[in-house]
Amino acid sequence: MATEAQGAGDGGLVFHPMDQFMVKPLFGAGEVGFFTLTNVTLWMALTVAAIFALLVLGTAGRATIPSRTQSIAELAYDFVRKMVEDVAGKDGLVFFPYIMTLFLFILFANVLGLLPMAFTTTSHIAVTAVLAMMVFLTVTIVGFVRHGAGFLSLFWVSSAPLPLRPVLALIEVISYFVRPVSHSIRLAGNMMAGHAVVKVFAAFAPMIIISTGIGLLVTPLSILAIATIYALELLVAFIQAYVFTILTCVYLKDALHPHH
Amino acid sequence: MEGDIVQMGAYIGAGLACMGMGGAAVGVGNVAGNFLAGALRNPSAAGGQTATLFIGIAFAEALGIFSFLVALLLMFAV
Repeated sequence: MATEAQGAGDGGLVFHPMDQFMVKPLFGAGEVGFFTLTNVTLWMALTVAAIFALLVLGTAGRATIPSRTQSIAELAYDFVRKMVEDVAGKDGLVFFPYIMTLFLFILFANVLGLLPMAFTTTSHIAVTAVLAMMVFLTVTIVGFVRHGAGFLSLFWVSSAPLPLRPVLALIEVISYFVRPVSHSIRLAGNMMAGHAVVKVFAAFAPMIIISTGIGLLVTPLSILAIATIYALELLVAFIQAYVFTILTCVYLKDALHPHH
Repeated sequence: MEGDIVQMGAYIGAGLACMGMGGAAVGVGNVAGNFLAGALRNPSAAGGQTATLFIGIAFAEALGIFSFLVALLLMFAV
């Protein structure tokens, strides 16, 4: 996205805060093609491996009194299942495996991206847009399969006064098609912005080497800021995974029960 | 000093797009503040509404994210 270390020559930041989002090949320095192994591939694979370790290896014991890993796996399962049931209703539980997959993938990608030197796969709109488009297509197809043309009543707000309904229908149609955009950019934007802020403060951290007087305060303050923002980012990593999945449930509810 | 006036305009526009953050901040604060006010009046009903709280925050925040998108488009796509 950003060109590498723009400011290095003219006394700016030593590294550009957006450098961390560059897609690089794992081996060599060639062009990134369709099947090149890049850092995105690596961290996606690690995400899947971590989920596999938690859900498959963690629950392999099938103990009646669960071990710590098994409790976490069961906690995650119950959490998502309850969310789907509460928001999308009982008939939404058919889609529970899909939503569980989405939640765990986004949560693990976000949290693994917080490791130092890690690459946050969900900070790329290319990744989140695919996730959001899948949700959008699933929801639209489910809506039309379940209700046929009756799904269009989602846009016809029958509780509103009649003269207002065409206007509302237009707004509803627009907001329906903006859904995948906002759905994907919310996740990518939050991840990208948070990580860029950490990097901006990280660039101020070594100031103690060149500064004197009051400038000496910059380093401890920026390290404090990094620690605080990092804690906030951990919270954001979870909340964004939660928001993505709960919005999926809301959209699913619209598809299953389109009548206002 | 390089670049041209188009690039300057793009950068100024990207900066101006940051004002959208203020709108998102007002929206998110409004949602959270009203939730807290309601939750303190009736704490027993608050637990069931946290999902609604997050949905509301997400919708309010989405429009702030759109301004971020505009800034990104101006920086890298124009």
